[in-house]
Amino acid sequence: MAQEFIVDGDRISAPLTSQPGDAVRGRAIVVDRQKGLCLLCHTGPFAEQKFQGNLAPDLSGVGSRLDSGQLRLRLVDSLKINPQSIMPSYYRADGLHRVGTNWRGKTILSAQDIEDVIAMLASLSEADAGGVQK
Amino acid sequence: MIRTALIAFTTTVAVTAIAQIAPGERRSGAEFMSPSTQAMQKDDTSNPGMLAALEGETLWNAPAGNEGKSCASCHGPADKSMKGVAARYPAIHQSTSMPVDLQGRINLCRSDNQKASPLRFESRELLALTTYVALQSRGMPVSPPDDARLDPFRNQGETLWRQRFGQLNFSCAQCHDDNWGKRLGSAPIPQAHPNGYPIYRLEWQGMGSLQRRLRNCMAGVRAEPFGFGSDEFIALELYLMSRAAGMPMETPGVRP
Ligand code: HEC
Ligand code: HEC
Repeated sequence: MAQEFIVDGDRISAPLTSQPGDAVRGRAIVVDRQKGLCLLCHTGPFAEQKFQGNLAPDLSGVGSRLDSGQLRLRLVDSLKINPQSIMPSYYRADGLHRVGTNWRGKTILSAQDIEDVIAMLASLSEADAGGVQK
Repeated sequence: MIRTALIAFTTTVAVTAIAQIAPGERRSGAEFMSPSTQAMQKDDTSNPGMLAALEGETLWNAPAGNEGKSCASCHGPADKSMKGVAARYPAIHQSTSMPVDLQGRINLCRSDNQKASPLRFESRELLALTTYVALQSRGMPVSPPDDARLDPFRNQGETLWRQRFGQLNFSCAQCHDDNWGKRLGSAPIPQAHPNGYPIYRLEWQGMGSLQRRLRNCMAGVRAEPFGFGSDEFIALELYLMSRAAGMPMETPGVRP
């Protein structure tokens, strides 16, 4: 089950865990097609990754556009930002229909996974987007 | 506690137009494939689905069940009696007034007319017979019956089409109406037309029904798939056929 958190405007300002996010672990989650699933929809500065999807904005430089609190709400439950969004709510386990038995009552990512992903996304600056990482 | 500072914002955008694919924009699933897979589908000598159709022809003529009758005993040659049939299924079954799809209809003939046991879903035999019957409609337009008794089931199908489900919380419409032509990872998202089924899928190394495909899509969004032969799948098939009305039948389709 997901723990409680406070939505503050377009942010969740407080981290979900006391342990700081680990950007290296976060990167591994983002590129993992069974776990993060991010590259099914997004492109981003992950040159070694073939077959990135094109259903969603490029993640390059997203750390310059959004702060950690904004990234956190986007990951936890993007429907709170855009109710039509196709981006899954990564930290929500209720109010869903016909969830498969293996996944029922579970969030897509754990609280620590979310913090790790945020640490990685926050490190993606516009300066890198142009070339260094791409 | 979740503070709902965004409520005012969310309610103003709650209603959006329901996107549907305009008739001129409709594309068969085959158009999203590589040229080599397209060529494999087009040429009967390389289309592996034609082997299933051949097997279906044998089964069509083979006596089965306690009556010792074959399909041909009642229907004669399939190229006449089955022409156009697959293009108009699912249809209402007269004695129950409920819709059945082509596979269900074949199994009703087995149990009622041949006094044989029904064929298992996704069994070689049921796929072969369904493919053989559907092949007799190849090139003919998808023609859903103009039968008002089907309307509530079609509507149920459309409701399911637009319903978000699974842990990933997607509806069929969000992928196939709103995002067709884009890429989900490496897979191009097709428009979800049923006109090539049953198909031979290279990934499966075998034939599969439309319902198998739908179960894959549901599993992909981490939803509990509907059961083979369930009312929900018949309703979705009805909706998909009405959405594809007029498109030419292509069975047996080939998919990557
Ligand atoms: C099924 C599609 C899908 C998946 C999977 C997905 N996203 Fe998204 N994401 C979107 C869409 C679409 C948007 C654009 C805003 C909207 O429509 O909600 C978006 C927006 C974002 C944004 C804001 C981008 C900006 O420039 O404003 C971030 C950050 C983001 N996603 C990160 C992620 C991460 C990290 C993952 C994986 C853990 C992920 N997304 C998985 C579809 C997806
Ligand atoms: C997250 C995206 C997504 C969702 C949700 C989804 N599908 Fe699909 N669907 C796909 C993709 C991608 C393919 C093509 C798969 C491939 O070729 O590997 C596909 C294929 C199909 C096909 C086969 C089309 C052809 O030409 O062979 C049908 C029919 C279909 N989907 C129907 C549905 C229905 C009905 C639902 C809801 C129950 C649904 N889909 C939900 C992504 C999705």
